[in-house]
Amino acid sequence: MRFDYHTRYRQGFALLRHRSDWLSYGLLAAALLALPMLASTYLVGELGYVFILCIASMGLMALTGFTGQVSLGHASFVAIGAYAHAWLMAQGVPFAASLPLAALISAAAGLVVGIPAIRVSGLYLAMVTLAFAIVVEQIIGMWRGVTGGYMGMMVETPQLLGLSLGSPRVFYYVCLFVAALVLLALANLMRSGIGRAFTGVRDSEAAAYALGIEVNRVKVGAFGLSAGITGLAGGLMAHHIGYLTPDAFTLLLSLDLVLMVVIGGIGSLRGAILGAVLISLLPNAVAALKSLLPAAMARQTGLEIFVAGLVLALFVLFEPTGLNGRWLKLRALIESFPLYRRDMFRRQKTYMKSERNR
Amino acid sequence: MNTAWEVFAQVTVNGIAVGAIYALVAMGIVLIHKATEVLNFAHGDLLVLSAFSAWALITHVGLPFWAVVPLVGAGIGVIAYGLDAVIVRRIAGQPQFAGVMLTIAMAFMIRGAVSMGFGPESQSYDTPWTGQTSELGGVAIGNLSLVIMGVSLGIAAALWLFFRHTRLGVAMQAASQNQLAAHLNGVRVKRLNSLVWALAGVTAAIAGMFLAPLSLVDTSLWLITLKALAAIVLGGFGSLPGALIGGILIGLIEQYAGVYLPDGSRDIAPYLVLIVVLILRPRGILGDAHGRRV
Repeated sequence: MRFDYHTRYRQGFALLRHRSDWLSYGLLAAALLALPMLASTYLVGELGYVFILCIASMGLMALTGFTGQVSLGHASFVAIGAYAHAWLMAQGVPFAASLPLAALISAAAGLVVGIPAIRVSGLYLAMVTLAFAIVVEQIIGMWRGVTGGYMGMMVETPQLLGLSLGSPRVFYYVCLFVAALVLLALANLMRSGIGRAFTGVRDSEAAAYALGIEVNRVKVGAFGLSAGITGLAGGLMAHHIGYLTPDAFTLLLSLDLVLMVVIGGIGSLRGAILGAVLISLLPNAVAALKSLLPAAMARQTGLEIFVAGLVLALFVLFEPTGLNGRWLKLRALIESFPLYRRDMFRRQKTYMKSERNR
Repeated sequence: MNTAWEVFAQVTVNGIAVGAIYALVAMGIVLIHKATEVLNFAHGDLLVLSAFSAWALITHVGLPFWAVVPLVGAGIGVIAYGLDAVIVRRIAGQPQFAGVMLTIAMAFMIRGAVSMGFGPESQSYDTPWTGQTSELGGVAIGNLSLVIMGVSLGIAAALWLFFRHTRLGVAMQAASQNQLAAHLNGVRVKRLNSLVWALAGVTAAIAGMFLAPLSLVDTSLWLITLKALAAIVLGGFGSLPGALIGGILIGLIEQYAGVYLPDGSRDIAPYLVLIVVLILRPRGILGDAHGRRV
């Protein structure tokens, strides 16, 4: 067992609290940096995509996990980021300037959606965002002058300081860099006053308001921040796809993002990343599963969606805290090894509470 | 009678026919939401399942349409009862978001299972009314649309009578208003909630069987859930008559937008209505006041 002995105030909320954390995260970083030298080009490209999904999932986590606002339409911000980035690049804006600009445009769109979030919450907000995503998808399809409509739109090869970032190995590092940046920024934000305000609004709006937090401003701000980060992921995704069509940003992507956040574990950045990794690996796992099944079943197309639904249902029913919660329990088991009791994490019985008259 | 008027009348009739289907789906979702406070995103997939089952029974088994309707309706009802009794009941007491995620998960599973079981191709089948039209005041209406309107209104009336005048219906109302109080008065709340799911499943099955011949038997039929949500919001959340009115209004708005507004506005009109109503008048036309202020 390990006991924390703090000698300074800041130790209580340091990002890496123990020496073993430095070692494990250092090893992880070294492995991720060394990977492109060892792995095949295909694998490196896929991993770059996983990082992009990690960014988007962290963006949604900032909203759903930390501020408690449900969004079922985050694919719209991915789409806005991707199209804004591609359009800016086509106008001659360099890559390094265009990506943050795309994130800003997406954040502005997020602010526009965030303003209704002051008036509606819960299920109603979920429906507003869902409707917004559908509207955005249709508008992209219709706005041929800028987006190319359903014909699609080429994305130019990214360049930085005269070097091409087009090859998968180089682009892997770009994605890794941005993902690490977003992770650090969010982790730091969450231990600052703004982050605490986010959590306060999630846990009790009335209490947060009583403590002097401007609930409305926090809600809208969280929407803008989340949309901005998701738009950043969209800009990178534009390069991964290479040719943008509205079909890439359907409702399914929105639901995939929500799946990542829920399966990863609401309210933790580690969960956002674990969820993104799991969901992006799921199609590969299903493909492997298909070779084991009888041919008649393996040919069908519905298996992916069925497995995704099954995984989600099992998590909601049996592990509402997601992969992150499972990881914390595992760590508690290891750290307190001989003293672990099965009932340490027993779930309490819950009763129906009406949310109708809140 | 000039042509502009004829077009208008034709569009109106089409809108009401489409809206009747939306209303039917919306009523099913409202039923479940009122009873269990779960917003059922799997409702559209029950509809897909019923459409494919009806197609299989008509095409492969060779049953007539009128025999298929009660058969599939009962089957989907039993499945919906089971969904609540086995799965959804377990998350009582958890936040609403858990219910949304669970029903989305069930929606994925049903859609995947339908696609695996019946094949991914679109299908179609005929009803006794396919291809026949009647003239009403100079406007041609498909008989199928007339039947759909009749069925929708019939179900709405039956539901009204059921909730108003039967012991079971009153018990369901009591359970939806206050589960604990109803339970203490001897209402078997768990079983009733599952029965509400079964009832909603039957309405979804009927909607699916009548909608599929109008369009195609396809897994994309589930998208009607989203339009039903717009109808529910417009009519006022948690109100059955509101769902009926909202459904018909959404059908009308969609058809008018398709004719009188620029290209493509037909597809986004219901969702724009949803957003605008939620922002400007969150209680809809007939709903109770909800939400709270900090």
